[in-house]
Amino acid sequence: MITSNSEVSNFISRRSHFSDISQETIALTRRLFIQLFRRPSTLIAGILQPLIWLILFGALFSNAPKELLPGDMGYGQFLGAGVIVFTAFSGALNAGLPVMFDREFGFLNRLLVAPLGSRNSIIFASVIYITSISLLQSIAIMGTASLLGYGWPGASGVLVVLITLLLLVFAVTALSLGLAFALPGHIELIAVIFVVNLPLLFASTALAPISFMPAWLGWLASINPLTFAIEPIRAAYGGPVDLSVVVLHAPYGEVNGFECLGILVVLTIGLFLMISPILNRKLS
Amino acid sequence: MYSVDLENLCKSYGSIQALKGLTLKVPHGSLYGLLGPNGSGKTTTLRILCTLLAPDAGKVSVAGFDALKNPRLVRSQIGYVAQEVAVDKILTGNELLKLQGDLYHLQADEINERIEDLTKRLDMNTWISRRCGSYSGGMKRRLDLAAGLLHRPQLLVLDEPTVGLDIESRTAIWELLLELKAQGTTVLLSSHYLEEIEALADQMAIIDGGCVIAQGAPDELKKELGGDRVTLRVREFSNQDESEKVRNLLLNLDGVRQVVINRAQGFSLNLVVDDETVLPRLRSELDKSPFELFALSHSRPSLDDVYLQATGRTLMDAELAIAGQRDIKLENKQAMR
Repeated sequence: MITSNSEVSNFISRRSHFSDISQETIALTRRLFIQLFRRPSTLIAGILQPLIWLILFGALFSNAPKELLPGDMGYGQFLGAGVIVFTAFSGALNAGLPVMFDREFGFLNRLLVAPLGSRNSIIFASVIYITSISLLQSIAIMGTASLLGYGWPGASGVLVVLITLLLLVFAVTALSLGLAFALPGHIELIAVIFVVNLPLLFASTALAPISFMPAWLGWLASINPLTFAIEPIRAAYGGPVDLSVVVLHAPYGEVNGFECLGILVVLTIGLFLMISPILNRKLS
Repeated sequence: MYSVDLENLCKSYGSIQALKGLTLKVPHGSLYGLLGPNGSGKTTTLRILCTLLAPDAGKVSVAGFDALKNPRLVRSQIGYVAQEVAVDKILTGNELLKLQGDLYHLQADEINERIEDLTKRLDMNTWISRRCGSYSGGMKRRLDLAAGLLHRPQLLVLDEPTVGLDIESRTAIWELLLELKAQGTTVLLSSHYLEEIEALADQMAIIDGGCVIAQGAPDELKKELGGDRVTLRVREFSNQDESEKVRNLLLNLDGVRQVVINRAQGFSLNLVVDDETVLPRLRSELDKSPFELFALSHSRPSLDDVYLQATGRTLMDAELAIAGQRDIKLENKQAMR
């Protein structure tokens, strides 16, 4: 048994900080996955909803003239990129909910009274969990879209899709976690999710190209982060991967694949910087 | 040496002053009880020493460490069992304890060994592998206690550990706490149950209005009060006027030290007397007067008397007075990070 203060200090310092953080992060992530496997309804709903979008929306506009869509692609193929991004986006937007419930039910206090190597482990676990789930759901959608005949991006295309989705998921997860600590309860968080989710989808190029939109909506879609994720993925579906090619014809100019990814990187970093004061305050 | 040394703690929530210069010293190895009605500042005090809250002013030393400068060291020495049991309904008890072990950076074999030991000690064998969502309040509380003990802390802090529990769970928890004390662990528990403090604590403090208003060993505090207690009624429900008259009559009687009218208890009279030899004189004085004796009870000083002496009201009256003033919504907000 440890009795003196110096023994305690030695005990704390002899352990590697990294091994402490990894042990607690793995344990917290495992908890989230146990919850998921025992209560898989959110995972299933997260796959079913975009699938329904893909099948119904794809069918609804299946007779849209090909020349109106970029690269002569069918509407189903056009829609595929939008639905993949929407899936990842919706999943990541929900990242804050488990944290919010932990705050409300006092479980977060259990974590905060423990001598965690870093309280950021709570954030790391959420990011790992939601990233894995969002990617899993997106891959399921990609597979289904392929079976529906909407194409497959190929090996290098898949890499572009995954990198793009990762960036988007990181950014949106940061936003959701920030909200989970800033808002007073889950009702408010769900309200924000409802308000943000569909409008951001409609004000992007997920369902229609910018050329279809009135000018004001075209502007909105051209600054919408979802668009910067959708267009590189759509390009990857459209043919050989070349990120230096222009993928977005925005009202303010042309944007290539690299620039889209760059914007997502900046967005991710910006959002993490933005939420860090909230996290520091709540987790200090 | 003190396991907990709090000096002049102040804490406000908006305009509400929860702690007003609270000073508390918990000797190492003691089973220390914090007695006070709901809303007196017990939970805020415990949350500060567990590093969940920062005080507005004051010093916090736990296990010899400054909790404000070395919170991580302090956390490693404390086992905290909160008032609201926070278990994950989806996990089994076993999984929750394993998670707890990982949060305290124990090795896998240590975790398994300690879970096995605590499962036996708290009699959790039959249900520890079931999901926490199916547990009763008592089972959850026992699991929470096991989680607080898993890393073998020097100091175990329990906030109202037996509120609303069945007798079996309460007994199991009381036995374990006494066992822990015997093994040298310092136990600090808050309670508004007099019998809990009476049964467990070897040292105690009374908290009222955010301050410690009395502290010491329960027996010493009772002894300090001196005298015996008598509760007397001349009718089941008397009134102010009648009670005043009886009070004036009895105050002059030899051996009667103090007579207090208890409005909350139907204007009964609470007397402090030298000893039981005063009782026949009381009866005969009343026989001679126009008042009839309706009820009379005699007892040694209790912790409630200690509380009454220190605050001017009984613990139950204090509970009732505070019950109407509590803002549950605000308290929930305070509890949330």
